[in-house]
Amino acid sequence: MVTMTKAVAPQLASGWLLILRRDVVPVAVVLLAVLTLWYGMACWLNSPGAIERVLDPQGPWTWRDLLRATMDMERPVMPAPHQVALDFYASLTEWPIDSPRNLLFHVAVTGKSTLLGFVMGTALGLVLSVLIVHSRTLDRALLPWIVASQTVPVLAIAPIVLVILGSLGFSGVAPKAVIAMYLCFFPVTVAMVQGLRSPQKIESEMMHTYAASRWQTLWMLRLPAALPFLFPALRVGIAAGLVGAMVAELPTGAVAGLGARLLTGSYYGQTVQIWSALVMSALLGLTLIAGVALVERAALRHRKGL
Amino acid sequence: MEGIALLSPESTRHPMAVEVRKASVVYQTADSPVHALSEIDLNIADGEFVSLIGPSGCGKTTLMRVIADLEKITDGQVLVNGVSPHDARLARAYGYVFQAPALFPWRTVLANVTLPLQIHGKNRTQAKAIALSHLERVGLIGFEGKYPWQLSGGMQQRVSIARALSFEPRILMMDEPFGALDEITRDRLNEQLQQLWQRERRTVVFVTHSIAEAVYLSTKIVVMSPRPGRIVKVLDSTLPDERHLGLRDSAEFVALAHAVREALADGHHD
Repeated sequence: MVTMTKAVAPQLASGWLLILRRDVVPVAVVLLAVLTLWYGMACWLNSPGAIERVLDPQGPWTWRDLLRATMDMERPVMPAPHQVALDFYASLTEWPIDSPRNLLFHVAVTGKSTLLGFVMGTALGLVLSVLIVHSRTLDRALLPWIVASQTVPVLAIAPIVLVILGSLGFSGVAPKAVIAMYLCFFPVTVAMVQGLRSPQKIESEMMHTYAASRWQTLWMLRLPAALPFLFPALRVGIAAGLVGAMVAELPTGAVAGLGARLLTGSYYGQTVQIWSALVMSALLGLTLIAGVALVERAALRHRKGL
Repeated sequence: MEGIALLSPESTRHPMAVEVRKASVVYQTADSPVHALSEIDLNIADGEFVSLIGPSGCGKTTLMRVIADLEKITDGQVLVNGVSPHDARLARAYGYVFQAPALFPWRTVLANVTLPLQIHGKNRTQAKAIALSHLERVGLIGFEGKYPWQLSGGMQQRVSIARALSFEPRILMMDEPFGALDEITRDRLNEQLQQLWQRERRTVVFVTHSIAEAVYLSTKIVVMSPRPGRIVKVLDSTLPDERHLGLRDSAEFVALAHAVREALADGHHD
């Protein structure tokens, strides 16, 4: 498919047309399909409620009335896309940025614990992987526990961490970052162990002939060789960290953050609010991953095939 | 050992670059021990170009790895510049060129050549100047800013030679360095290697399974044979020191190549 478009490229002559054909059209088609499906679902799921609450169950109404009613309900089972868009827009424009009604306020709260947890998790993952690669004993002792740690659901861990850290006087961003870190460090550790071990025998032997120290071999060979393994793990890690940060907001009484926003939305049946928060978390996740991808491109720009 | 490390490579010049006495390497396997090397005796004088030639499994690479402290002997003695291979390695007595160029893809050509210098603690500007002069010697000036994947296989191997020579070791060890290249590139690199040796007269230990390559390059050809890995014959070259590719059609060359082939066949028949 891709090669075909490439072959046609010179005839199209215009780069814009190529971008349109290769990138914009497929995305637009999928977007259109999703929107159609969404509207269809909204109509189908909301119609019982609409018949009961908006239209008279007995009275005369046309299909057109029903359709209109399902698109514009107060607390729909499934809000229509334009309702979510309007609520999303209103929250950004009608409230100051420090108001809990503004979604950006929650983005800042969740983003802060995600990023802090991501940095802590990445650091922990790097340290663990270096230890594991350099010590057979630690390899055998640590790796099973690291794998086991991920079998405990984060929902079970979160309240415990919050209680323990709270009793030690840590509150606010720190406990949430710890939970984000708990999800973050795992992919980084596993990928880095693989990456640090990726140099070929010949490359390690070459360092040996230069009488390089372990530290020099780590710094000049193993770490740079591991970078292509690290970045995909960072992308997974930051997305996992966002999940951790949002889950951590739930047991704290749902004060602030996108997770809290989701929870309060479901308490009060504010489905439109839930969906806006959901869209915002998706956007936050995408932005964070794009940030990592940007760093990846800069770091690996000289390597072949990147 | 401390003292050795402080001396510059030039001053560690020893009349015998490599002395191997009754060296054996035995691998313990599940059924029976494998004699990779059996009672090897070999002397390589300073400034000699010695080729180790033989069929696969004859231990030629193992012998070189033993000299380079990449493998341990189970019996006998090996001295490099008069000291153990371990101490010689720490004293940076030799540069090693592997079968594959083994360049780091994240480093430029220049940064690949400065790698050993960096490890040995040379400062950045010094290392850069030295690396550039070595790239010039292998004819790669103008490519220092390129990345390895932008170079052909032959050029990559030349970078790896420049890298091995960057810290001026007295001994250069090469493990089938041109084995993966096409014949035309190989001929050209052999010629360049010959010229390099002519100019600098470093000791070269060269592993190959090409008779023509061994005869063309060497002052001494060590013919080896497998099961157990041993030396069948050591031939001193009768060719003049000054060599060019045209020499390969001379009667002398053909006779020497024939002698090597005979020795290889003898080793196979026992």
